[in-house]
Amino acid sequence: MTFEDAIFYFFAAVLLGSAAMVVTIRNPVKSALFLVLAFVSAACLWMLLKAEFLAIVLVLVYVGAVMVLFLFVVMMIDVNLAVLRQGFADYLPVGGLVAVLMVAEIALAVGPKQFAAGRLAHAATHVAHPHYSNTRALGMLLYTTYVYPFEIAAVILLVAIIAAIALTMRRRPDTKYQDPARQVEVRAQDRMRIVKMRTEPKA
Amino acid sequence: MAYITPVLPEIIVLTMACVILLADLFWRRRFKGLMYGVSQATLVGAGFAAYHMLGDAPTVIFHGMVVGDRLSAIFQIAIFMLTIGVLAYSRTYIAERGVFRSEYFVLALTGVVGMCVMVSAAHFLSLYLGLELLSLSLYALIAMQRDSIGATEAAMKYFVLGALASGLLLYGMSMLYGATGSLRITQVASVLATLPPHNLVATLGLVFVLSGLAFKLGAVPFHMWIPDVYEGAPTAVTLYVSTAPKVAAFALFLRLLVEGLHGLSGAWQEMLVMLAVLSMGVGNVVAIAQTNMKRMLAYSAIAHMGFLLMGVLSARVGGYADALFYALVYAFMSLGAFGIIILLSRKGFEAERLEDLRGLHRRSPWYAWMMLLFMFSMAGIPPTIGFYAKLAVIQAAVSAGFYGLAVVAVLFSVIGAFYYLRIVKLMFFDAPVDAAPLRKAGDLRWLLSVNGVAMLLAAPWAGTLIAICRAAVRGLP
Repeated sequence: MTFEDAIFYFFAAVLLGSAAMVVTIRNPVKSALFLVLAFVSAACLWMLLKAEFLAIVLVLVYVGAVMVLFLFVVMMIDVNLAVLRQGFADYLPVGGLVAVLMVAEIALAVGPKQFAAGRLAHAATHVAHPHYSNTRALGMLLYTTYVYPFEIAAVILLVAIIAAIALTMRRRPDTKYQDPARQVEVRAQDRMRIVKMRTEPKA
Repeated sequence: MAYITPVLPEIIVLTMACVILLADLFWRRRFKGLMYGVSQATLVGAGFAAYHMLGDAPTVIFHGMVVGDRLSAIFQIAIFMLTIGVLAYSRTYIAERGVFRSEYFVLALTGVVGMCVMVSAAHFLSLYLGLELLSLSLYALIAMQRDSIGATEAAMKYFVLGALASGLLLYGMSMLYGATGSLRITQVASVLATLPPHNLVATLGLVFVLSGLAFKLGAVPFHMWIPDVYEGAPTAVTLYVSTAPKVAAFALFLRLLVEGLHGLSGAWQEMLVMLAVLSMGVGNVVAIAQTNMKRMLAYSAIAHMGFLLMGVLSARVGGYADALFYALVYAFMSLGAFGIIILLSRKGFEAERLEDLRGLHRRSPWYAWMMLLFMFSMAGIPPTIGFYAKLAVIQAAVSAGFYGLAVVAVLFSVIGAFYYLRIVKLMFFDAPVDAAPLRKAGDLRWLLSVNGVAMLLAAPWAGTLIAICRAAVRGLP
């Protein structure tokens, strides 16, 4: 086992362990934090594969932006764990059976028999030259070979924006809101009626 | 210019969707029906662009991402025609329910773009992204009517299960990539041909891909979402979900299974036989027990997908043509049947129960006859076009040697005839319980009549239509 292998196994173990904690731990905030740990270990694995740009983007985007937002949401809404966990024991036998079957199938297919280092005829045998830039290579690919899927992904994001706005920007019929323009336009006569009354005669 | 013509329809629709989005900011109040008119004009224009591609030789562009062949042109024309029908049918319905907004049309158009990308995909990546674009638009469309709890629930269910199916599909694609080293469909096919048979990784990938595809098509045992989504979504959106996306999902079968994984056809034939028998069985039997018309049509859709798969599982070019014909005929039948439900609904009232069809013959003989044509066509009763479609797929199964399957199909179509004929009985022999006049919208009535009469009058040309489908699938292995 080389040093690189040892690093790989270390981060792989951390990744699997933290992923298991994400789904089993009771506190949702801790669960989200374990997800952050899983992302960071995955980024380290990518670093080992010499995909530096992807590793940094994973940390920046997922850990820096997505998970922070996620934590905000988790902290702001009141997650009722008792309701979420209802029926967990009922579904466990069926779900567990399916999970075991899937893991067995995958273990059969994705074993060293099929994916051993020498067995993949098409595996990348790319030797990087000294000035090889990961980011540059990705950029070139993204805007040439993969420009069409890139554009479609952009359209998907546009649709997500439209959908989010269409679903949330609406006047709820039951909410009361203030309209400042109408508030300043109001005149004393609209609100107050001055009634002339005779004074009460002194007894 | 030539290198961009295969994606011209997508470009037209997408550009106009953005134009509608911007124009809506300025002219929303001044021109009420503008967005509707522009959407329809866009679809007509894109349809003409797709029509012009029919004669072109197959071209692969964008570094093997998109293929423009006769098959994609036929699919795109069908998608545009169906969506024009969907928007025309739903115009007054969505106006009454307060969702006649530009976002509705924009999302419908982006869904169309997603479908066009799917049917012309030559690469797993573009195929998957097109599917996601369509799915995302559909989730949002279903949830648009925010005050309806049923619609929100349907959107949520569809979203969660759709994400699961996308995960299965992606996992399968990654397995196939592991086995073949390519994501390009033609390349996957050529590498698979060189691999020894029963390659474990490729077969596992096939299982996952097929599960994802069966979910999108709504074949048993991946059908659970269909009845709930059909029932919960506003009828106008159910109309959309049940027509063009079905055709596009069928296109995925042709692109992925037939073009890409033809080398594994022995394996997927067996799986499709199971899916087909289960779909026809569960769909037709459970539909009998339904009292809600939208749920009944949902189970009928599941059953129809079983028939559709019979054409695919023959694994020969003639069978693919028959399945294509079946998919197109089914989409137009479904369009008409849900159109009738929209015709019977009005502000504050959803004609969803079977009882609401009672005595339709006394209220409006013409539309009762139209519904009769749709039901006869769905049941596969001659001389409607649905009969020829069923006959074609059963013949495809027989010619591929699946005699038992053909017998099962005939038996289940007889069982299915029961609930279609029950609707005819309700319309013609029962007294009406609801005496309100039908919807007045001119375009809905017109198109619905054309749609209904076409079920009958297209029958003599069934041979010509199948010949067109044959020409479209000629390039498939």
